[in-house]
Amino acid sequence: MSKQKLVIIGNGMAPGRMLEHLFEQSPDAFDVTIFNAEPRVNYDRIMLSPVLSGEKSFEEIIIHGDGWYIKHGIMLYKGHKIVDISREAKTVTSDQGVTESYDKLVIATGSNPFIIPMPGHDMAGVLSYRDLDDVTAMMLAAQSRQKAVVIGGGLLGLEAAAGLQARGMEVTVVHLMPTLMERQLDPSAGYLLQEELESRGINVKTGANSKRIVGDKKVEGLELENGEIIDCSLIVMAVGIRPNIGLAQEADLKVERGIIVDQAMRTIDPDILSLGECTQIDGQVYGLVAPLYEMARVAAHTLGGDDSHSFVHQDTATKLKVTGVDLFSVGDFAEGDDRDEIVLRDANAGIYKRIILKDDKIIGTVLYGETSDGAWLNDLKKKGTDVSEMRDTLIFGQAYQGGAAMDPMAAVAALPDDAEICGCNGICKSKIVGTINDMGLTSLDEVRAHTKASASCGTCTGLVEQLMTLTLGDSFDPNAVQSMCPCTDLGHGDVRRLIKAKELKTIPAVMQELEWKTSCGCAKCRPALNYYLVADWPDVYADDYQSRYINERVHANIQKDGTYSVVPRMWGGMTSSKELRAIADVVDKFEIPSVKVTGGQRIDMLGIKKEDLPAVWADLGQAGFVSGQAYAKGLRTVKTCVGTNWCRFGTQDSTGLGIKLEKFMWGSWTPAKLKLAVSGCPRNCAEATCKDIGIICVDSGFEIHFAGAAGLDIKGTEVLGSVPTENEALEHVVALAQMYREQGFYLERIYKWAARIGLDEIRKQIMEDHDRRKDYFDRFVFSQKFAQVDPWSERVSGKDKHEFNPMATLDLEAAE
Amino acid sequence: MNAISVVTTEKWIDIGETSDVPRRGARCVKKGDTTIAVFRTQDDNFFALEDKCPHKNGPLSNGIVHDGCVTCPLHNWVISLKTGSAQGADEGETKTFPVKVEGERLLIDLEDLF
Repeated sequence: MSKQKLVIIGNGMAPGRMLEHLFEQSPDAFDVTIFNAEPRVNYDRIMLSPVLSGEKSFEEIIIHGDGWYIKHGIMLYKGHKIVDISREAKTVTSDQGVTESYDKLVIATGSNPFIIPMPGHDMAGVLSYRDLDDVTAMMLAAQSRQKAVVIGGGLLGLEAAAGLQARGMEVTVVHLMPTLMERQLDPSAGYLLQEELESRGINVKTGANSKRIVGDKKVEGLELENGEIIDCSLIVMAVGIRPNIGLAQEADLKVERGIIVDQAMRTIDPDILSLGECTQIDGQVYGLVAPLYEMARVAAHTLGGDDSHSFVHQDTATKLKVTGVDLFSVGDFAEGDDRDEIVLRDANAGIYKRIILKDDKIIGTVLYGETSDGAWLNDLKKKGTDVSEMRDTLIFGQAYQGGAAMDPMAAVAALPDDAEICGCNGICKSKIVGTINDMGLTSLDEVRAHTKASASCGTCTGLVEQLMTLTLGDSFDPNAVQSMCPCTDLGHGDVRRLIKAKELKTIPAVMQELEWKTSCGCAKCRPALNYYLVADWPDVYADDYQSRYINERVHANIQKDGTYSVVPRMWGGMTSSKELRAIADVVDKFEIPSVKVTGGQRIDMLGIKKEDLPAVWADLGQAGFVSGQAYAKGLRTVKTCVGTNWCRFGTQDSTGLGIKLEKFMWGSWTPAKLKLAVSGCPRNCAEATCKDIGIICVDSGFEIHFAGAAGLDIKGTEVLGSVPTENEALEHVVALAQMYREQGFYLERIYKWAARIGLDEIRKQIMEDHDRRKDYFDRFVFSQKFAQVDPWSERVSGKDKHEFNPMATLDLEAAE
Repeated sequence: MNAISVVTTEKWIDIGETSDVPRRGARCVKKGDTTIAVFRTQDDNFFALEDKCPHKNGPLSNGIVHDGCVTCPLHNWVISLKTGSAQGADEGETKTFPVKVEGERLLIDLEDLF
């Protein structure tokens, strides 16, 4: 049976979860195509607040990396917004002109933030809080360290406020209602929360109605209804979301507040499903993740041909992701004649607990300041347990039921099997314990991968770890290091330390002495060990060719069809007519299909057959080119601007310094790729402030930067320090690179290494400890004696000849 | 009698010396449009597989050889050299061919190719 075509509009958490279910149930049923208006993969939107506050990086909140899409054969159009659905032709068309046909279509367009249409709402400096672009924009705005106003004192608004404050802004929250988070908290808890936020320096104005935004093209302040004007350069509106239903409306699907679906998540067109925040089911639209994941589960079954599953509404518990603020709320907490309540207040400790009862059953809970009994109370509520017997002690929590106080482990042990541990994903205790036992899981990452527990917002991580300790006994240590790979229990740090301490100088020696569990390692540990040995023993270690990834073995970059791309060095990005002519001749001679200018200021020739590589290099070598090592976990490019040579703003010879650095450092291996740049003035045309190491030239000398990123993560560099002369700049950069070479874990970019080691420690060792810096520098220079050999000319002279030629070419009749 | 012995000896094709293939490495044998990757493990066992990963046709001969497996250079699928099947959570199979060593010579049986 041929596969059906499934097209999904939107790439958020709900369709991502739906696909996981679908691939588990019927892996071969569909060819999947996804159109994502955001230019990126599926990430955990709930965790944007920790990214804003700087507690997590974007990389850490990715749910499905590019590899996942490749593995499942999914065509993902990033940055394509669907503009038309044709139900007759069963096709969709994107704003970039791509049309795809479908057998089944899933609309998961999510929601749009609501922008209050007050005067000035379209000015620069007005943001919403919805996706990574918003977070990036807020982080940029926060660099000004000026004032910000957040309109909306709900969950998102308060997280935005806390994040902006953590980034150094002075923040005011303007909230229309009399107390904060009135949909999740009763007035007492809302008041405590407001006090807490104010004590941290966040201004809160409740009962405040915004009137207009003040400013000329750019935000200068917010005027309230009462005439008060709050000065600010940034306004974030977090006042709610609107389901994104325009596309469905134009396709004549039935919509009200959201796109209307039946219990099996189908719209009025049986071949079109809808799920996520854009969807309306049973008259309700949802914005929290748990019900959206429930929709995903049902939709996957429906697509798989089983429409007997139906969506079940459940109350979702709320938590605020602001570090140090503990609050928990679930259910209904309005007052009423038929209701009864139990309240505990401890003003000094800032604790407030309220349980709302109806007919001796819990219908709602609000906890502030101390929330550890949230899961237990929620469980009693869900089951409709009659609590009349324990009424007197209920408010003190689970520990006070039946005598002595329990320690946290005993409390977890006492939870019933069906107690919900992970609210986002609806995972209960028995599912986690069962999966740990059945699959022999031993790490938190494995438990996350197989059960999804603690894989979304992460607030239940502690509970999950306690469950793991309970199930696995002392063999589980939540603080244990991650092992390098399944071949060893040691982490990268231990392996690096032991290689030096025990003077291990070959891969077999490392494997023997450190008790490797496999006979010759795997594709993860062997390249890492090879790097550590090259870096630590440059003069005596014989590079293990078979432990290098193919690109570093054949000194070119493998492409998806098995051909290779070749990038010669262009020192500091400078070239000449002679070089360009030589490249043109090579392209013609070998009929190279594509030639591209790279982001690192050089030229890439793509689509070269492996057998042709040595001949291509021979011709390039004749023209004076050496390998650009565009494939290496090593020094890549040094990008420059034209500096004082040409530029009217240049302060130093940035091109010259770039060329010096590249000529000094080429050939060196590093834990992960290393890209440099030198800009001739603070206008920074060489974009040095997002590089692994960057230099900004100024009148008085050279400002050295490091630990930037412009890939999966976007991160500005940190300043290492300033030096007056070019030679000192070179010495400091080289010493820094050597420190990273000696301490980095394999595949760990310099910004991650820096975060692990600490910026101050690095500054101390490189900028202040002159002897140490000199030692690093000398060790780098020593290792370069063995590293600066052009790999291309070596291979033109016959090295590794076997790699490029077949061992035999048989004619077609040979076997007859 | 004679006819049978001709068939049995001729199905094995001599492709070169064992030392042509590096330990924990591979070499290619080409026949028409097909490429066969001949692998040699750390402990000197030889295996032959079509040079195509079952996932996206990646050239397995360019992968890293470890224990009895090769890791595809394109997306890190791990393929068993003995059975040709993908290991772990991935599913798929690459065609395998019998190989034998006679003295220093390496012989391959490609009858399955036709």
